[in-house]
Amino acid sequence: MSDSMTATAVLDEESAAGRPVVNDLTIHVATVNGSGSQSSNSVLMRSIFQMGVPVSGKNMFPSNIAGLPTWFTIRANKDGWIARKKEVDLMVCMNPQTAREDVETLPAGALVIYDAPLNCKAIRNDVTFYEVPFAKLAAELTTDSRLRKLLTNMVYVGIVARLIGIERDEIIAAISKQFKGKQKAIDPNVAAIDKGLEFAKANLPEQNKWRIERMNKTAGKIIIDGNAAAAIGAMFGGVTVVTWYPITPSSSLCESLIDYMKQYRIGPDGKATFAIVQAEDELAAIGMVLGAGWAGARSMTSTSGPGVSLMAEFAGLGYFSEIPGVIWDIQRVGPSTGLPTRTAQGDIFEVMYLSHGDTQHIALIPSSVSECFDFAIEALDLAEIFQTPVFVLSDLDLGMNNWMSDPFSYPEKPYRRGKVLTKQKLQELGGKWGRYLDVDDDGIPYRTLPGTDAPSYFTRGSGHDAFARYSERPEDYKSTVDRLTKKYETAKQYVPKPVVDRRQRAKIGFIAYGTTDFPLQESRHQLRSERDVETSYLRLRALPFTNELHEFVAAHDHIYVVEQNRDGQMGDLIRLALGEEQRKIRKILHYTGLPCDARSITDAVLAMEGNGETVTRVGIDQRAATLTITED
Amino acid sequence: MADSVLKLGTEVPKENRLGLKATDYRGGESTLCAGCGHDAISSQIIRAFYEMSVDPEHVAKFSGIGCSSKTPAYFLGRAHGFNAVHGRMPAVATGAILANSSLIGIGVSGDGDTASIGLGQFMHMVRRNIPMIYIIENNGVYGLTKGQFSATADEGSKLKTGVINDLPPMDLCALAVELGCGFVARGFAGDPKQMVNIFKAAIAHDGLSVIDVISPCVTFNNHEGSTKGYQYSKEHDELLQQIGFVPSYEQIQVDYAPGEVREVTMHDGSRIILKKLEEDYDPSDPMQALRRLHKSVTEGVMLTGLVHLQPQKKSFISLLHTIDRPLYALDEAATRPPREALDEIMHELM
Repeated sequence: MSDSMTATAVLDEESAAGRPVVNDLTIHVATVNGSGSQSSNSVLMRSIFQMGVPVSGKNMFPSNIAGLPTWFTIRANKDGWIARKKEVDLMVCMNPQTAREDVETLPAGALVIYDAPLNCKAIRNDVTFYEVPFAKLAAELTTDSRLRKLLTNMVYVGIVARLIGIERDEIIAAISKQFKGKQKAIDPNVAAIDKGLEFAKANLPEQNKWRIERMNKTAGKIIIDGNAAAAIGAMFGGVTVVTWYPITPSSSLCESLIDYMKQYRIGPDGKATFAIVQAEDELAAIGMVLGAGWAGARSMTSTSGPGVSLMAEFAGLGYFSEIPGVIWDIQRVGPSTGLPTRTAQGDIFEVMYLSHGDTQHIALIPSSVSECFDFAIEALDLAEIFQTPVFVLSDLDLGMNNWMSDPFSYPEKPYRRGKVLTKQKLQELGGKWGRYLDVDDDGIPYRTLPGTDAPSYFTRGSGHDAFARYSERPEDYKSTVDRLTKKYETAKQYVPKPVVDRRQRAKIGFIAYGTTDFPLQESRHQLRSERDVETSYLRLRALPFTNELHEFVAAHDHIYVVEQNRDGQMGDLIRLALGEEQRKIRKILHYTGLPCDARSITDAVLAMEGNGETVTRVGIDQRAATLTITED
Repeated sequence: MADSVLKLGTEVPKENRLGLKATDYRGGESTLCAGCGHDAISSQIIRAFYEMSVDPEHVAKFSGIGCSSKTPAYFLGRAHGFNAVHGRMPAVATGAILANSSLIGIGVSGDGDTASIGLGQFMHMVRRNIPMIYIIENNGVYGLTKGQFSATADEGSKLKTGVINDLPPMDLCALAVELGCGFVARGFAGDPKQMVNIFKAAIAHDGLSVIDVISPCVTFNNHEGSTKGYQYSKEHDELLQQIGFVPSYEQIQVDYAPGEVREVTMHDGSRIILKKLEEDYDPSDPMQALRRLHKSVTEGVMLTGLVHLQPQKKSFISLLHTIDRPLYALDEAATRPPREALDEIMHELM
């Protein structure tokens, strides 16, 4: 990311001078769910990407198949700031249900393209309107009413392209990509793009406020969502048994995995090197994962908060009887059903301590699509090394939205299968083996697999001694759970370490994780460039915490933990770990269901530095308030 | 009462074909109440696996929670065992068999574990036809929590405390037939000969075998007014047929008059010989099975024998088209696609 001026600062200065703002623009498209706008929005985003401009796309959709409002936000930013930005520069109003609010909440000076019958121009006079008779234009394209609906959306892509200067060739290329080269689908969509381009050229005044111009910041990059990235990682990580139960926003992870595995993990004889099972519920999904892990397979499942809740009992079994398995939690807004199609980081407590009794789980926390790929492999390794369920905490924003990334690197390291007892090791141990015996003094015992020539043992969730015998003896129970603590301590040397950026004169330290990374990086840039406030940053990538956390806290006066939940769950876990130093911890919390933005963080830090508040809850403003929609 | 089995073949030698003794199939000492039906079942599991010369080290034992679910610790001590969580054994067993389809799986559950908390998983396991043996040790009560009714308790049966069960029982055999199970049987812990033949046939079956064994709880459900006690069960046991089992490696000719027996050839070449006792019962007909099971409930009898047999039904493993080597044993060479594959995927995303 560049250290130049912030997006907003650039915008103000440039527009004041009457010159266009180049490659720094937020487009917000409001449509009706189920109208097929997804393809058009992808094409719009991809064509900007192909112009070489860093871009992100966020789908804000309802828990509904058709009829409710949906929005898509595209942020193009030459400096690579691709977090959500609240201020909209160019609005496309296609949905009568929300048109008024969509227009009312725009900043003055914004541009609005709207469907003629919505008559948006009557709403206010400090924004620029472009009225388009979409129905008429689409009718000129086709008589097929279903196709007309879809092509209407492609017409607005043409209109937007003409207004801000996206090149036609790049749109055509994006369409070809979107429809996988199928000419029958490409032709009518190209015609719709041309219809929009021509209409705009002939009828709409040109604007010189925001422009997209070709640059070279996306060459060689890919666009992918986090769930697909995780699927690819799992495939290259050698997963063999996958179970799942459909739940938003995680379903696409296993669905992508099915597609990739069919392509790359079926031999010429038609035989698969994997088994993927759609389970009857999440209890069965995790049960199968543990059964497979127990029998020696690399196994995983993917779910979201409600599914994790159902997995609680099995998570305890996996922890206590020491069975590997990987569980992806693509977090959504809870509690309960919550907001199934909105993003959050609210499952930290749940995952850390999932199940009754004393449990502690290992969790990996990716904050980019490339980390989704890497951690998919890492999680399979760690599960087998530590013989325990390992969680991966992603979220809806990362999992379901499209992100730019460098291509993923081919994994060079062999699989790490952990301590599976071999005949040779058994000899080394003098023929004496106990399933739960800590022979290496790291808390990790040796296991054997059923159906091999290794000695058998009886696995149980009830009390057991070091030789896996049923036991209710106080000393056996205590030494078992104490060894599990020791194993968890050992895990600190293995989990991905935090990424630390320490600045010399910084008194303020940020801690964040997951998708909060994007707005946090931008906020640090805002603080530095606008206020000359230097900050350090520690990005957590795993539970348990490692020593870097303590060193980081010790080196700063105030620590702001920024996360996307109400209670500051990670902040509290950090406070528990810190002891005396916990007084330094302050919390900035964004929990609206929408991704956190940079300005909310920046404003909060500046205010808290002044007033000494320790907790600030941010994120609700006029814009976000309008997006509250109920299903019923 | 007629004998429930047909005498076929020779006496079992002191060692089986693997050179193992019956003692090699034993487990730990039972901690269940003296006289518990479950222990009688464990004995017949030991006998069946011994006589069928199954390598105990290739057996995986599964269970949920309850008295019945403790029993895998009491047989086949050389096999791996997995005592899972309450009602969720089917999922664990499914995962293990997906990981290693060469395992010979045997699950032991109870009526509480299967018919109440685990009903959903049980039904889905039947629907998937996971190749393993699933035994329900059915006594109509929760023993480990001291004697509450289960969902298989008969209407009108009485607890020790005098409480009467007002709800109809769930018939797990009928449920398994309804869901398309290819091997459904009911046994009685008081009839070891019938049980061992059913178990042997189940070992020979490639698919899920559901075996509901009425197994009296001597402590909480063996009194006046209980309908799953030893005395009551003995008096109400109605045999569907006499069962004979001929393992694949034996060349015994079975000599019966035409129409007197039915012979079913199993996946491994073993044969089940069924001698009719009443009407001509066709075990491959699910409608007849359901009719007969319903009739037994109406008449208040305990129907035992091989209720339903369709050995040709495809198991879940064969539907998955996985490679012959067990999935757990696959290494990088088998499961990590080459560098070119990642390059291709990345290129498509550019």
